[in-house]
Amino acid sequence: MSLTEAILLTVVAAATPLLIAALGELVVERAGVLNLGLEGMMAVGASCGFAAASLSGSTVVGVVAAIFAGMALSAVFAFLTLGLAANQVASGLALTILGLGLSGLVGEAFVGTRLDPVGRIEVPGLTDLPVVGKLLFGHDPFVYIALLLTIGTAWFLKRTHHGLVLRSIGENHVSAHALGLKVLRTRLLAVLFGGACAGLAGAYLSLAYTPFWSPGMTAGRGWIALALVVFASWMPWRALGGALVFGGATVLQLHAQAASIGLPSQALSALPYIATIVALVLMSLGRGRSSAVPGSLGMPFVPDR
Amino acid sequence: MRTIVKLAGALALAVGLSVPAVAQDKLKIGFIYVGPVGDHGWTHQHDVGRRAIETAFPGRVETTFVASVTTADSDRAIEQLARTGHKLIFTTSFGYMEPTLKVAARFPDVKFEHATGYKRAANVATYSIRFHEGRYIQGVIAGKMTKSNVIGYVGAFPIPEVVAGINSFMLGAQSVNPNVKIKIVYANAWFDPGKEGDAAKALLAQGVDVITQHTDSPAPLQQAEAAGKFAFGQASDMTRFAPKAQLSANQNVWGPYYVERVRAVLDGKWQSQDVWGGLASGMLRMAPYANMPDDVKKLAVDTEEAIKTGKLDPFKCPIFDQDGKEVKCEGGAKLADSQVLGMNFYVKGIDDKLPK
Repeated sequence: MSLTEAILLTVVAAATPLLIAALGELVVERAGVLNLGLEGMMAVGASCGFAAASLSGSTVVGVVAAIFAGMALSAVFAFLTLGLAANQVASGLALTILGLGLSGLVGEAFVGTRLDPVGRIEVPGLTDLPVVGKLLFGHDPFVYIALLLTIGTAWFLKRTHHGLVLRSIGENHVSAHALGLKVLRTRLLAVLFGGACAGLAGAYLSLAYTPFWSPGMTAGRGWIALALVVFASWMPWRALGGALVFGGATVLQLHAQAASIGLPSQALSALPYIATIVALVLMSLGRGRSSAVPGSLGMPFVPDR
Repeated sequence: MRTIVKLAGALALAVGLSVPAVAQDKLKIGFIYVGPVGDHGWTHQHDVGRRAIETAFPGRVETTFVASVTTADSDRAIEQLARTGHKLIFTTSFGYMEPTLKVAARFPDVKFEHATGYKRAANVATYSIRFHEGRYIQGVIAGKMTKSNVIGYVGAFPIPEVVAGINSFMLGAQSVNPNVKIKIVYANAWFDPGKEGDAAKALLAQGVDVITQHTDSPAPLQQAEAAGKFAFGQASDMTRFAPKAQLSANQNVWGPYYVERVRAVLDGKWQSQDVWGGLASGMLRMAPYANMPDDVKKLAVDTEEAIKTGKLDPFKCPIFDQDGKEVKCEGGAKLADSQVLGMNFYVKGIDDKLPK
């Protein structure tokens, strides 16, 4: 395996959890809801996924458990913010705290145990192709799921009726409501989807990326995914590109160090956040023409008569 | 994120508070941890030591810990322990040095023990382990085991403790293999499994075939296992994460020291002091030497024995820095402890630049 190949493979692996979590949050935010609880939902996904996979001996069971765990936690958020119209920022932060605590509780019995890592999908013949072989056909299943999720999300938001409904609710929930669209129901489904994605991203961490469980192993990736949504200006394909940039920034500085190239590693570690700030500035400069921010983002909706 | 786990800890403290003080004569002992108890490494070993206290003095002590405390939050956490009747408090990370001293000044009747620091007070003692002794043995093993003659080192931050470990490791490797090279990657984190694993992947991609780490999770070890290469565990025996890859590991053994210090408080004989124990004192132990041929194993055992008996010191003089300049020897035939504790240079043979 050449060095470039090795680097690209690590970049893809580092980008995958960010992309999966960000796609879920992107749909949530497009529906006008801001869920800051990604980090907590990812942690719960990681611990529940690891626990279920350890107990059942099956990765698939682990992944499904992680998805449901993420959804369950997001249902709590939905109850607070949609059912009770509570403040979304406060509820999301509370969800992070709750999730990190819960993940520790669930995972306690599994600290210090290990699982075999998820295997890579290798297509005989194709994986051995020079240059592109390993890059296209040598990843673990999560990478392909992330890619399919990107295509699916982009298609859903742009090309389907339901996607249009979701976007219009996120743009202006009062008008959407007046048109007879089901604002709360759509948002509930979006929030659950976001939770499922976050749970899946968590499962990737504890089952494939570093196959063990330890409290705090998400190490801030939920927050990076939130920044990624903004960086991507709420577009799925840009999220894919952004995830590669964010993941790449982290991984490349490690490779640079290993190769004794004198790059300031601290500065490179901060690159995702700097890129997000730059993206925000560019977006607000361009606001005159069209704004990428969903119009009703973060605003509670109480249906009137 | 760490604050949150800390909050949970603080909550546990508050719960502890609400329990009426049934036994006034019980000695209350507090611990501040930098990571989660489940980190499998650094904090885990301190917690093993805490439990040793409970076993040693059944019914006479009560221990509390607050986990994942950032340096910024530490003075509040330490003060909270002091306020709630803890008479002996162990602060187990270098970053807690100033906060510990600050709180100690306000609570003269509480005794503090700060791990890995160098500043003391009448009621603040310091203690640490000569981790570099184990690093030297690891270097000897790595120097023998490497086929590519390139060894990888995943460090947390370029601080003296880590730098001394790298130098000691390199000196050990050079003692058996004059052609050995080392590649160093700083993860800029003590605990971020994903990043630690990526750092290991980066090193492996550069042709490294033995990895050692000075970060706390078993992720680098797992990467070595997956790649069919070798690695060392950190702070505790991590064999179960990499049964085929782990050559050995530094094991930090805090229990006997903690028990001794608690006994001193119970007997009214506690005094501020500075303890820096290594292999000889039993504070540092090597995990079983595994996955290596018998001659390498014998070499490792002999090296360990030589360090234990004082025949060998990892920093025996002469020591040369990267430019080939001889380092001034302030400890007689070896570097003085203060030179090791404040180490801010790489030894000859390391090509990387030390980040400032």
